[in-house]
Amino acid sequence: MIRKELWFGFSLMAIILVAVIVFMPWTSLTNGHLGLLMLGLVVVAIMLGFPTAFTLMGMGMLFAFFAYWSRSDGHSERALQQTLDLMVQSTFGVMRNDVLISIPLFVFMGYLVERANLVTKLFKSLHLALARVPGSLAVATLVTCAIFATATGIVGAVVTLMGLLALPAMLRAGYDVRLSAGVITAGGCLGILIPPSVLLIVYGATAGVSVPKLYAGAFFPGLMLAGLYVAYVMLVAKWKPHLAPPLPEAERVVALPPANQQINATIGTRVLPSLLMALKGKRNAEITTKLLLKELSITLAPLLVFVVIMGLTWNALTRPNEIQDVSGLQQMGAVGATEDTSGGLQEPPGSELKEPAGSGVQEPPGSEPDKVAEPAAKVAEVAAPAKPAAATAAVRDPTPVTFWYVLGAGSAVLAFFYAIFTFARLEVFKMLLTSFFPLSIMILAVLGTILFGLATPTEAAAVGSLGGFILAAVYLLLTQPRENIIRAFKLWVPLWLLFGISVVWFILFKAEVVATPPSDWAGFLSMGAFSLWAVIAMVQARMVNTVRESTYLTAKTSAMVCWLFVGSSIFSAAFALLGGQNIVEEWVLSLGLTPLQFMLLAQFIIFILGWPLEWTEIIVIFMPIFIPLLAKFGIDPLFFGLLVALNLQTAFLSPPVAMAAFYLKGVSPPHVTLNQIFAGMLPFMGIQVVAIFLLYVFPQIGMWLPNLLYK
Amino acid sequence: MQKILLGVDKLSTWFGQVCSWAAVALTLLIGWEVFSRYVMNTPHGWVLDAQIMLYGVLFMMAGAYTLSKNGHVRGDVLYGFFRPRTQATLDLILYFVFFLPGIVALTYAGWTFFGDSVRINEQTFSADPLPLYPFKFVIPLAGGLLLLQGLVEIVRCVICIREGEWPSREHDVEEVDVEKLKEMVHVKDEDIAALDQYVIAAEEKK
Repeated sequence: MIRKELWFGFSLMAIILVAVIVFMPWTSLTNGHLGLLMLGLVVVAIMLGFPTAFTLMGMGMLFAFFAYWSRSDGHSERALQQTLDLMVQSTFGVMRNDVLISIPLFVFMGYLVERANLVTKLFKSLHLALARVPGSLAVATLVTCAIFATATGIVGAVVTLMGLLALPAMLRAGYDVRLSAGVITAGGCLGILIPPSVLLIVYGATAGVSVPKLYAGAFFPGLMLAGLYVAYVMLVAKWKPHLAPPLPEAERVVALPPANQQINATIGTRVLPSLLMALKGKRNAEITTKLLLKELSITLAPLLVFVVIMGLTWNALTRPNEIQDVSGLQQMGAVGATEDTSGGLQEPPGSELKEPAGSGVQEPPGSEPDKVAEPAAKVAEVAAPAKPAAATAAVRDPTPVTFWYVLGAGSAVLAFFYAIFTFARLEVFKMLLTSFFPLSIMILAVLGTILFGLATPTEAAAVGSLGGFILAAVYLLLTQPRENIIRAFKLWVPLWLLFGISVVWFILFKAEVVATPPSDWAGFLSMGAFSLWAVIAMVQARMVNTVRESTYLTAKTSAMVCWLFVGSSIFSAAFALLGGQNIVEEWVLSLGLTPLQFMLLAQFIIFILGWPLEWTEIIVIFMPIFIPLLAKFGIDPLFFGLLVALNLQTAFLSPPVAMAAFYLKGVSPPHVTLNQIFAGMLPFMGIQVVAIFLLYVFPQIGMWLPNLLYK
Repeated sequence: MQKILLGVDKLSTWFGQVCSWAAVALTLLIGWEVFSRYVMNTPHGWVLDAQIMLYGVLFMMAGAYTLSKNGHVRGDVLYGFFRPRTQATLDLILYFVFFLPGIVALTYAGWTFFGDSVRINEQTFSADPLPLYPFKFVIPLAGGLLLLQGLVEIVRCVICIREGEWPSREHDVEEVDVEKLKEMVHVKDEDIAALDQYVIAAEEKK
């Protein structure tokens, strides 16, 4: 009579109900016990499948009314008024919550990036770039998933897309069905953990932990989890090659453009020396210089980026500090002077890189001191007008030794990179340049500005959404015929340059290369240029529909999460009114647990709840109960949050509610069964448990970065 | 009957979609403020309040829209495996037990909350104050729309109990629209079906 799929749910429900009935002290019921009853009932009610937000709201209201009524000596009217006030205040609290506000923005960014249609390119380029790695297709799938899921945060879309792209590729290459399915489902869920993720915002809003700290904390555990997945796949590929056979040679070949093909054949396979020789040599008269220079500029891009970053870092590190100037003027001046000369001497190793271009670009930072010294000296003069020595004191701070180490190591890596940089690798590099790098730079920029406190998560999310818009515009344009693309870029590039004026000016100002901030005319010009571009891009890239759909989806997803918050804030208020929290606290403390045991118990409960419930429900309903207990055991809520985030990953992979499996099933060939997918997910669930264990044993994995950034 | 139901759906959808542009406005507003504050060094005091309001309007007004598209998160251990008639019966009961009391109370309380705010002409606390009562009006408005949409959903439950299957809804953008994603990455159903040979071959080897 009852179908077998229902057994799991019904038995879970029955267990909870029986537990509630058995453990309730029916003869001496207090309000606190009612609170616990409410908690048990709400889990059962949620399992019935009614929209959770309204279940929480309705149940919270009924119990809140009861709590007020029981303490109002029968004044039911007053109790009703209090209940109404509680409800509207809770709702309004969610409406002006300045943590949750970043949810719609991050979600919007995710939808725009998803629709930018760069996942095909991303997967192809990574697949070629990683061709030599054991289990290359699976590793490429994991890396693609990690990046794409981080940028979008939409599990369903990532799993579906990778099911359409990577699953066929892996099956054709003879990969095991289970392994392929596991890689896609596990990889697709990485976006839940790796910041910027919505889960961490929801946790931060519930637990009152700062979102930047959570992001800083989750960064390395997220990378660790992805790394463990990759390591596992590579081990499997090494040990059992029949599960993940290496790609045949034919599939690894990268087609070269004719010009490069010719240089490759006549001069040499290494890009940099060959191009330079082709440029001055007579042997390749038929290849235009313009083409060669274009290839050369792409080749030199990594070097240029390295030099600019190191130059700006050096500038920031050695920037004279005015406050110190006044205090230890003589000393500073002396040290600065000697170090600066030694710096000047040591400069050559930096430019000794095999490429002559290096020294040319590196020079500006070296010659900057006079420019920078000027404003600094002015400040110093104001601070200590009596000391004319101030001007000499503001030369340069000593360069930290670490800087030279980093410079040396970076140069070595670059030298190695150019030594193995063949024309085939150049093609792969170009593909990465148009898929992998834009997306990762966008993520890192959003994340970096948050972590270094340059912008609030809200601001970073909004700018990230604009970045997503730009990505979507460019990629959607690239799907159009060639003449459209060229016509559009003729209009876009000047507008971008106009926008770039004040941005570059601003960066130079911040790096103290330029003395004045961008003027108003530049600012308005840039803003106008960007707005104009956005309007033009909407038309030319035909993305009106994309933006509209992303907007509607953003509204629906935000409503889903935030209405859940409305419901849960009413529910939590009722729980607190009934005094349920006190009973839970008394009970937990009476168990006499050590912090370790409590942590294990808490994580185990969350793990179990992850089977029937979704992460949103677990966080908004149960975190308010766990968080106050953490203080009693001296556990950092930030660290607890990281464990919870890692733990809830398993909720996505644990049958029978594992959403990821159903999304994959929806796009896989008919003979791939759900059981195969579940079996494929199991090892990855095991890795998640290992990751939780690792994080618990070595908390520094998570806590190092937040401790470093926010002491 | 179906006409009325779809009409209310349309109303909720219209309100929700109009207000969903608050997401775009929010992005542009903050983007502009970031540029203005950091690059041009002219921050605006009212932007913080305005962005909170845009966010509040966005999600509150989308509540009914999301309900009309059946988009609110549900516990899915059992529900998905029930027959439509069982689903509808459960929903119907719970609409009366949880939804109606909650939303009626919220709408009513929101209305008085808004009334109090209008009476004192409430403004935000900031150097450039904005009026606060229009924002508070969102609570009764969103509540009222939800109530209307909830009544429609109740009728849907009754229809489903009578006929054994859910009445249709109008199509809307979905988060995971498999057909669209297939089109996006140029994968056809035949391609997927053709893959089956590899799966079968692999199974036979074992």
